[in-house]
Amino acid sequence: MTTTSAPPATPRPKRRPGDRIFAGSAKGAGILILVILAGVAIFLISESVPALTAPAEDVPGGEGLFSYIGPLVFGTLMAATIGLLVATPLAVAIALFITYYAPRRMAAGLGYLIDLLAAVPSIVYGFWGITWFAPRLVPFYRWLEENLGFIPLFAGPASATGRTMLTIGLVLAVMILPIISAISREVFTQVPSLHREAALALGATRWEMIKMAVLPYGKSGIIGGAMLGLGRALGETMAVAIILSGSAAGITWTLISSANPQTIAANIALQFPESTGLAVNTLIASGLALFVITLLVNMLARWVVNRRADFSGAN
Amino acid sequence: MAKRIDVSDLDIYYGNFKAVEGVNVSIEPRSITALIGPSGCGKSTFLRSLNRMHEVIPGARVEGKVVIDGQDLYGSDVDPVDVRRQIGMVFQRPNPFPTMSIYDNVIAGVRLNSARMKKSDMDDLVERSLKGANLWTEVKDRLNRPGSGLSGGQQQRLCIARAIAVQPEVLLMDEPCSALDPISTLAIEDLMTELKEQFTIVIVTHNMQQAARVSESTGFFNLNGVGQPGRLIEFNPTEKIFSNPDQKATEDYISGRFG
Repeated sequence: MTTTSAPPATPRPKRRPGDRIFAGSAKGAGILILVILAGVAIFLISESVPALTAPAEDVPGGEGLFSYIGPLVFGTLMAATIGLLVATPLAVAIALFITYYAPRRMAAGLGYLIDLLAAVPSIVYGFWGITWFAPRLVPFYRWLEENLGFIPLFAGPASATGRTMLTIGLVLAVMILPIISAISREVFTQVPSLHREAALALGATRWEMIKMAVLPYGKSGIIGGAMLGLGRALGETMAVAIILSGSAAGITWTLISSANPQTIAANIALQFPESTGLAVNTLIASGLALFVITLLVNMLARWVVNRRADFSGAN
Repeated sequence: MAKRIDVSDLDIYYGNFKAVEGVNVSIEPRSITALIGPSGCGKSTFLRSLNRMHEVIPGARVEGKVVIDGQDLYGSDVDPVDVRRQIGMVFQRPNPFPTMSIYDNVIAGVRLNSARMKKSDMDDLVERSLKGANLWTEVKDRLNRPGSGLSGGQQQRLCIARAIAVQPEVLLMDEPCSALDPISTLAIEDLMTELKEQFTIVIVTHNMQQAARVSESTGFFNLNGVGQPGRLIEFNPTEKIFSNPDQKATEDYISGRFG
């Protein structure tokens, strides 16, 4: 039985030009993202090499690269964390109110308003923060110092101008609130009514229905929105540059005094015009640090979302 | 546990639109009552009014009375949340919570009643409910896997397990088999026959053979035309409906001479 028959001609799928063009352009767009990302990374790394290899006393500050960037990284993370911690619960609550509690006509108006807030330029938030918000926070900081001063976060002396880490955290919170709540609202409206009715039919109140069906389903969307907000907070430049007085105070835990570390982005904006040579390389190295932080945070978020992918409701 | 349901002069509205008009019926405990009729005739709306689930749609309201065991479901002091805890519901498409495990799905309703339970009691309840829904042997080794990984028929039985875990008095089923294959349908029909020993079951179905197979009584809903409210045309023992109905419209519908 060794008759050799001609190999069965596998029918070649017909390739239509429309399919080919679409597949090609989609692939090209995907590759473009990688190329841009790689280009940015290569630029940052190659430009920061001189700063990484320079002797410590040549780096601005005179104590080496890491003691220069360290406080900036700390300040960046601190401001962004405050912003995120304040904004996320509030944004989710706003989104829940708009989707499940507000009367329909009011909900539409509120949703529009939130989207509008997202479009306000950050410099406006900066002005608002420094001229209106910061002075009004001063009494509150005094109170914190007097009553909660034993907590390192609220140790004095309280700032007299209100231009503090906590102020910038709160301004950042206001700034990222719209984007988190806009995205949360979007996922909450997409919770299948089937799941909501399943909860209601078991005798869930509206809040229990939200806990059982809406929040678990929307969790990955909330995290995604929070990450977008965090990205904006980490990279926010102008508002921070205006409000934080920029007294490079090093790493300090107190949130309410006027001695604060700057953030990376604000520091670059403030220092860059007057920098030459190695100072520029140092600033770029701090930019590289910001890039790495953003990357790590996004990977962390992705890991959190994928950990229970089976239970995501996507299947 | 099973309770009798008396409905008198029930009109159901969505906003100004009258969807169902003048329903008078009394549904026997420990039996299966089937509701049949063409699409859009209000049988699902009527079913959902029995546990106030239709109120989920804004503007929905009823006039008339639904009395279960002497208690008016629409009394001014009655909370719809309590009504739904007594009257369970199974939907057309299986809807286990996708973010919960099989185990958590079954006890989801019990958790709502916020009675703290011992782990062993919960385990017992989960086993009993899944056995009651004829699903235990199929899932007992993967109780911690997501419920959405089961087949359609298994998911629907999981939903039944979830509904009976809270020990309701009445079980409402809105076309529970319409998304299932014949074998899963048979499994659910067998299950219904077992469950009627304990529960009052009301089922909406488009499958007249199913109504004939499982139910003791059958109600036929119809409407006179588009935009008209649906009405309960005839309510009789299933045998009579399918052999010698009182109304001409019923006979036309079940013999396929409808419309």
